[in-house]
Amino acid sequence: MAEIDAGIPARAQRPLSPHLQIYTPMLTMMMSIVHRITGAALYFGMLLFAWWLVAAASGPNAYANVEWFMGSLIGRVVLIGYTWALLHHMLGGIRHLIWDTGRGFEPAEREMLTLATLVGSVVLTIIVVMIGYFTTGGAR
Amino acid sequence: MTERAQMRTPLGRVRGLGAAHSGTWHFWHQRVTSVAGIPLTIAFIIITLGLLGRSHATVIQVLGSPLVAVVMLLFIVNSAYHMWIGMQEIILDYVHEDLLKLVSLMANTFYVFAVGLASGYAILKLSFGV
Repeated sequence: MAEIDAGIPARAQRPLSPHLQIYTPMLTMMMSIVHRITGAALYFGMLLFAWWLVAAASGPNAYANVEWFMGSLIGRVVLIGYTWALLHHMLGGIRHLIWDTGRGFEPAEREMLTLATLVGSVVLTIIVVMIGYFTTGGAR
Repeated sequence: MTERAQMRTPLGRVRGLGAAHSGTWHFWHQRVTSVAGIPLTIAFIIITLGLLGRSHATVIQVLGSPLVAVVMLLFIVNSAYHMWIGMQEIILDYVHEDLLKLVSLMANTFYVFAVGLASGYAILKLSFGV
């Protein structure tokens, strides 16, 4: 007991655990954070999805409101953002599943996987948005 | 007492789960729902993309058709569970004040049930046409 009492000044001299801001930002680290952010965004984005479905079930008038919002500039930005978040979170999830098996941890491999997530999500989003744009007859 | 005296019961030792009373279900269920989420998300994107800009009559007809409805219900249930665990993890990571933590965890559960049930109900209503 005497040791613990006497040890208080010594305890203050212990090195502190480094926190986030001490590290140089790296792609894998940023993508890990983005994975969580996109997950949280999708969490709240599900509200829009629920609104769309409930409006469709409610009738043409309620559905017209959703159509108006989704067709507006803000609505389009939200939809495109939601699409990217969903695709990025899905690809990031696949990357994490690969890592869960213990594969892809070599420096070059993990950088490649992480970059592939980012590039893949952007490319897929552009493809999806293009399809959406042209099947709805462009800017209505 | 031939063995060393222990506070833990024999059953407790066999279960081996410790004071938390549960194991790695959190981790495992998040992986199960993420694997299921891959095909369901792709299907979800294809379905919603196909319905973009269509008339209300077309949308309710497609969403109410059995195959689409089942895929959408799977997507809703899977996503709801996945995001429930995910948000719980985020809350446990960042919210340290006891009352706020408990309120946040409850709000997470309420939100997920409300959004999940509303979405699922809408699909069922369109399917059964009542």
